[in-house]
Formats: sequence, structure tokens, C-alpha cells
Amino acid sequence: MEDVARRIDEDDGANGRFLVNSVKPDTIDRFARARTGAAAPSRRFLNRVTLYQVAIVSGFVLMLEALCLAGVIDKITMPPPHRIALDFFKLMASGKLWPEIGKSMANVLLAFVLAYVPGIAIGTALHGYRTLRDTLDPLFATYYAIPVFAFYPLFIVMFGLGDGPQVLIGVLLGIVAVIVTTLNGLDRVPRVLRKTAAIARLGPLETAIRVTLPFCAPYLISAAKLALAYAFIGVIGSEFIMARTGMGYEIGFAYTNFDNATMYPLIVLILLLSIVMNGILSRWEKVLLSRRGL
Amino acid sequence: MNTSRRWRNALVLIAALLASWQLAYWVVGDVALRSPWQTIRYTAVTLTHTHLFWVHLGNTLQAFAFALAIAIVLGLIIGFGLGLHRLSADAMEPMLVALYSIPKITLYPILLLAFGLGMSAKVAFGAIHGIIPVALFTLNAVRGIKPILLKTGRVLKLDPATMVRSILFPAAVPEIFTGLRVGFSLTLIGTVLGEMFAAQHGLGYLLMNAIGLYNVDVIMSVTFLLVLFAAGVNAVLLAIDRRLHFRA
Repeated sequence: MEDVARRIDEDDGANGRFLVNSVKPDTIDRFARARTGAAAPSRRFLNRVTLYQVAIVSGFVLMLEALCLAGVIDKITMPPPHRIALDFFKLMASGKLWPEIGKSMANVLLAFVLAYVPGIAIGTALHGYRTLRDTLDPLFATYYAIPVFAFYPLFIVMFGLGDGPQVLIGVLLGIVAVIVTTLNGLDRVPRVLRKTAAIARLGPLETAIRVTLPFCAPYLISAAKLALAYAFIGVIGSEFIMARTGMGYEIGFAYTNFDNATMYPLIVLILLLSIVMNGILSRWEKVLLSRRGL
Repeated sequence: MNTSRRWRNALVLIAALLASWQLAYWVVGDVALRSPWQTIRYTAVTLTHTHLFWVHLGNTLQAFAFALAIAIVLGLIIGFGLGLHRLSADAMEPMLVALYSIPKITLYPILLLAFGLGMSAKVAFGAIHGIIPVALFTLNAVRGIKPILLKTGRVLKLDPATMVRSILFPAAVPEIFTGLRVGFSLTLIGTVLGEMFAAQHGLGYLLMNAIGLYNVDVIMSVTFLLVLFAAGVNAVLLAIDRRLHFRA
């Protein structure tokens, strides 16, 4: 038992900590402290936090606006934020980039699904095999140090310049994060739940689907956050480096043509999409954690 | 896990990876891949004997070193600054996490417009990849310091600089080091990524150039070297990291 506990700690040191997004035990502790403290006072505190965030963001935008209007940032480098907002609506209304946006988003979604579902399956399967997991541990610990994008040229040579290499980069970036987060979650399933499953004579698959994975739901959402972020980074980044279509490609194209009226709105769109999706999943994660009294 | 088992695991893993590489080569063939042996031989015999390779390598290392220095210094300043102030830490942490998860590559054209095509844009791009993890880990490390240590410092009437030097920093070092390790990897990724999109020098440029020339040998060798460098340094940092956490 003690050995298990130590191993869990060790795993966190090796794998958990570099996944800044993932739920770590101390994050849960923090939630626990924040939630059990009495809801009313912490609510007011949260409002102050929100106020602070709004102030920071609007202050930043206003500063950019002032710098642009004063001419410190010249027009070729960056149009003032209100101009970008106008261009944004114009670009969306014209609809000429919708096919590109749709294509990129479809690839992001595909990369997400291909990293998420197999990642959870592999993580669940791997949890039962101690030796195999120990052997793969150095790989997990080193994986995110490897510049996966460096493989993109190789994939282009292997599969041709199409959607394949882009989705593959997104999947490769995301899948290990999903596996590691799933393993972390499964490590925290109380023994009594596994015993109950055994008493109910559930097979390994049923135990996973009905008992252990539902228990890990907050971890699975955090894994989804990571997989989504990496799918975005992988697909858009690959399009940006070398592709013939997609949002990333359009940004690169606009850059080479000094077309700021297209480039900045597209950048803003990508940032908004990734932040909003991340925000929705974070909210969901918080709801799940609070439902468990965490 | 003891050291000998860790070594054994690493060796088994390396052998397995080499075996699957060889297997992939047999399946795909000469068109798009080289075998491990061919890659190592090309790297050792041909690539490292060309003058141009060393120019590109030097260029990448220089950009990487600058970027890493900037990322560490700014990351530590931001992390300490926010970590010491409760409200700032609570407000900024989710924002930093959100920044961490956006595809930063889309910001590269802005950096290129701001800094021009060359070393400084590359350095800036590498640095923005590294700053956030260093800042996040430092922030959480400082916030997680036991209050009793801070109270002791206050009782002793330490000035802020001494407080950071003799209490905050030593207490937060293991966490901060983890941040530096992650920051190291991400800065390297950022620097090479920047070179892949727009540059005239560096290993990333060499890679993209090799696609244009369909030079599989160069692609395989440079990718191999990058992975070797990143994994090697990370393994060393990870060992130090584990020791620091073990001691703490």
C-alpha cells in the first residue's frame, strides 16, 4: 500500500507536473479548500478575481489601441484593435473563408477524437500492466520535450501534402497527454470501488466503463482539454508551416501578402475558438468537481 | 523506483523504439525513410562534415540560448511577482493556463512584423513558448510555500530582496526547477518551429529546405539529432528534478 502511494507521488513528479492543464492533487486540494470554506464569502472573492481579469484584458486592449493610434506601433505591424474588430465582422460576413475554417475545424475535431478515444483506451489497458507501464514511463516523461513538429517534414514525405500529416501531428501531440492523465486518474480510484466491482462480478471492460472511468470523469475532462489544445496546435501549426488549405495556411498567405485585414481577424478567431472551448471544458470540470464536494 | 530498474526500463524502451523504427523502414522502404543505421551513419559521416551544418546548428543554438535566458528571467519575475500577491495569483493563473493552450504559432506573423525576419523574431518566438510554463510553475511554487516560513521572515523583518533570496527561492526551488525543465523543452520547440516557418538559417530551415529538395537523408538526420538533443537534456534535467523533489 505504501509502495503504491509512493509510486503515485513519483508519477506525479515525472508526468503530472509538466501537464500544466491537468488536474493535479494539489489543484483538487485547492478546490477543496475553496469550496468547503463556506460558499458565500468565496463567491465575493471570485467576483473580485473576475473583475481583475476583465481589467487586465481591457487594459491590454486599450493600451494597444492607444499605442496604435499614437503611431508607436505602425499600421503595417498592427492595425488598432477597433480596426481588427471591424475587419473581423467584415471577414465573417463576407463568408469567403468559411470553407477554410470548416476544413480546419473538421481536422481539429478528427485529431481530437483520434487522440482522445484511443488515448483513454490505451491508458485504461495500460493501467493493468505494471511492468509495461514502468517501461514506458521514461517515454512519457521525455515525450513532451521532443519537438513533434520536426517530424512534419518526414510525414509529408511519407504521406504526401494533405490532411493526413496534419491530423497525425495533432494526434501525436495529444495522445500521450490523454494516456498519462487517464493513468493518473485511475491511480486515484479507491480500492473499495474495485472490490465492489469484483463482488458484482464485472469483467475488466465493464469495471472500466461502469466504475473506474466514471470515477475519473474530472481527469477525463482535463484530458479532453489537453487533447483539444494539442489538436489545435498540431493542425493549425502544420497548416501554417506547409499546406495548401486551412486557417493556418490562410494566415501564412495573408502574412506574405501584407494582408493585415485578413491576418489579424483570423488570428483573433483562432485565439477565441481555442480559449472558448478550453473555457467550456474548464467550467464543466469545475461543476463535476464541485458536485463531488471537491 | 530504484536507479538500476530505471536504467533497465530506459534501455528496453530505446531498444523497442529502434526496433519499431527499423520495422517501419522495412514497411515503407527507401522512398520516404532511412533505417536507424543509415541515419546514424549519414549523421556521423556526411552531415557533420559539412561546414554549412555547423553554421545552421550554431545559429539555432544561439537563438535558443537567448530565448531560454529571456524565458527564464521573465518567467521567474512574473511568477514571483504574481505568486506573492494572492489576488493576482488567483486571477492570472487561469489566464496563463489559457495562454498556454492557444496555438502560439498563429502569433508568429505578428512577431515577424514587429521584429523583422531574423534572429530577434526567432528568439522572441522561442521565449514566449518558455515564459508561460516557467511563470506558472514559479507562481504555484511561491503560492504553495508554507505560511510559517513567510511569517518567520516577517518576524525577522527581512526586506523583500532578502525574503526572496533566503526564504522564497530555496523553498520553491524543486517546483521552479520542474518549470525550467518544461520551459527548456518548449523554448527549443518554439525556436525550431520559428525557423521552420520563416528563416534563412538554423536547423528548422535546414529541415524545410530538405523537403523542397526531397532530401530524405537530411530530414532523417536533423530530426534524429533534434530528438536526441531534446531527449538527452530532458533526461539529465529529469534526474536532477527527481533528486530535488526527493530531498524536499
